[in-house]
Amino acid sequence: MDLSFSEEQLLIKESVEKFIEKDYDFDTRNKLLETEERFSRSNWKSFAELGWLGVALPEEFGGFDGGPVETMLVMEAFGSGMVLEPYISSVVLSGSIINLGGSAEQKKALLPPLMEGDLLLATAFTEKEPAYAPATVSVKAEKQGDNYIINGDKVMVIDAPSADKLIVSARTAGEATDPSGLSLFLVDANAPGITLAGYNTMDGARAANITFANVQVSASDLIGEAGNGYETLSRAIELTTAALCAHAVGMMQSAYQATLDYVKTREQFGVPIGKFQVLQHRLVDMYMALEQARSMVYMVSIDVASNDALTRQKAVSGAKAYVGKCARLIAQDSVQIHGGVGMTEELNVGHYFRNLTLFCNALGSTDYHLKCYAELTK
Amino acid sequence: MDIDYSPEDLAFRQEVKDWFEANLTPDLKAAAESGADLGGAVSIDQMVAWAKKLSEKGWLAPSWPKKYGGPGWSTTQLYIFNEVRAEVGAPMPFSMGVAMLGPALMKFGTPEQKDQYLPKILSFEDWWCQGYSEPGAGSDLASLKLSAVPDGDDYVLNGSKIWTTYAHYANRMFCLVRTNAEGKKQEGISFILLDMDTPGLDIRPIISIDGAHHLNQVFFDNVRVPKRNLVGEEGQGWTVAKFLLTHERSSISGVAESTANIKRIRRIAREHGYDDDLQMQLKIASSDLDLMALRYTEFRMLSGLESGQVPGAESSMLKIKGTELQQAISELRVDMAGHYAYPWHADTAVGPEDFRYATQVYNFGRASTIYGGSSEVQYGVLAKMVLGL
Repeated sequence: MDLSFSEEQLLIKESVEKFIEKDYDFDTRNKLLETEERFSRSNWKSFAELGWLGVALPEEFGGFDGGPVETMLVMEAFGSGMVLEPYISSVVLSGSIINLGGSAEQKKALLPPLMEGDLLLATAFTEKEPAYAPATVSVKAEKQGDNYIINGDKVMVIDAPSADKLIVSARTAGEATDPSGLSLFLVDANAPGITLAGYNTMDGARAANITFANVQVSASDLIGEAGNGYETLSRAIELTTAALCAHAVGMMQSAYQATLDYVKTREQFGVPIGKFQVLQHRLVDMYMALEQARSMVYMVSIDVASNDALTRQKAVSGAKAYVGKCARLIAQDSVQIHGGVGMTEELNVGHYFRNLTLFCNALGSTDYHLKCYAELTK
Repeated sequence: MDIDYSPEDLAFRQEVKDWFEANLTPDLKAAAESGADLGGAVSIDQMVAWAKKLSEKGWLAPSWPKKYGGPGWSTTQLYIFNEVRAEVGAPMPFSMGVAMLGPALMKFGTPEQKDQYLPKILSFEDWWCQGYSEPGAGSDLASLKLSAVPDGDDYVLNGSKIWTTYAHYANRMFCLVRTNAEGKKQEGISFILLDMDTPGLDIRPIISIDGAHHLNQVFFDNVRVPKRNLVGEEGQGWTVAKFLLTHERSSISGVAESTANIKRIRRIAREHGYDDDLQMQLKIASSDLDLMALRYTEFRMLSGLESGQVPGAESSMLKIKGTELQQAISELRVDMAGHYAYPWHADTAVGPEDFRYATQVYNFGRASTIYGGSSEVQYGVLAKMVLGL
């Protein structure tokens, strides 16, 4: 039993933290939000050169051969900087799908450019109903000779506007809510028949609704076997949920720290407001929520690598539900304790608030995962 | 980063488990299922017999180093021991001697005091109670007034201690007394050991809201205690007490017990018709997640301890969260008890044994966020020591 990090892991942690501190302050980030893509391609290239795009991917394709713990270290630091570059969608979610479900040829073709920063991916798996249900898919892929023809609509495909290729979940068999009969396809983002309607998201990213109208892909663009895509997708979503939890803890740490610093300097009634016991106790609640959430992130980063499905699912739902609860507390209290200034666009605290709010809804809400956890453990 | 046990750890786990399974009596096991111990399902005679058995095995003071007669286990082994013990339903005898006085004597006691007292804690010949709180000194412990006035080779003690758990079973007390009423209040406090049969000492029961007798008020009327019974120097009592409070907090999270109790709650939910009650299942799941977070927080602190860090103010967090969880679990049992919450100290169980002590345990459990520094005091400690406010 040992919860300490290896030397290699500490190096990753330090290098990402250093980058956020030196090159990704709040003003720099705000300038990126003014650009069309809302992130920096040159940062992305730097991430590639520093090896961060491959921390959890296999060595044989140029990765670091780490796992969820390495991803956790990157994500936590990225959270504190509210990094805009499409790491979660391109590397963690889509990269995991390729790595878990892709053929040897697909991995060889896609993973090296992904890690070198030359290929951006996005995964289109959510559809119009807001309740989280990744198995509920109405987009259809019909076999025609050696090809598949894809038709239907996906919504809220995060980072799709900048992606070179899309991974699409589509039904090749079964009823609308069946996990079986789902297949994953790799599609060029500008393939004929694809229409993207892009928009900004609250956390500063870009997303798109996508219409597929008779989009033709070849059978070699199928990731894994036809009808068996759900297992790969849900395994990749587990890894992504764990990563999101670490990302959230990075944001929570920064929001908490900003609030703690604020109560030590902000004066009212002639004293720093941190002298008031009612605020001290709220700050302690935030501190405990942060530390408990961090403990859950350690837990899920270890257990999400398990070979046992039940262990993974319990860990992921447990962590998402718990970290979600803590995230909401810290987000709301950070704004409340900052008072009026916490309400402003100008201050970073409001941005942590927005991003943490989205975390609570991402890949299944806090309530959804609490219900899953109850179901899995009763 | 991993949480797997080594093969040696697993062998140790098995050894502990085998011993408990061979030695734990069915009545104690049943008592653990019912959630109650002393004052409820377990009699004092049963508890003493069990303590002696643990003592013979050398496991009554699992946290003590070899040098003082303990097993000298690593942090991980100690964790495993507690985990298995709670899992099989073996109670840990309530021993202020093991948990509190022992560590204080090891750090501050004279060689004579160590020789005289430590072996008798290990053999359970001595039952120690703790004389800290007073009617006018609760959270503000340093304002305690029980006076100790030098007279020849003795101190003469006058005043009163309150909330003294199991003073009516104990034969000895470690006690905070005021040896100087001038100056800074912390600096006038001394730590002293005394016998409960000393003339002038009067123990009166306080019945708590569980309807049982755990607590007492102890009155001191010219009680003579030899000066050699001081632990540390005169005026050093606050330092000793503070050391002990930190020690108490680091063992107070109760993760092992809560793990076993959540398992019992799940069994009760299944056996008494709450399987499809979504609201109940969500509450159980929430407590289960609080437990998981606490367990990993404790792992993180243990990792620190293993590498030589001393338990710091962060242990206040374990105390706050651990006791909140214990209370939440006892509340779940009451919630499920329905009308079986009504019977009060019945001679035989009215209805399922699972609910017989539910309210008693819940009621007395309110004490856990009050004793050892209330939750509110712990918040203050964290705000000051960790947050720097």
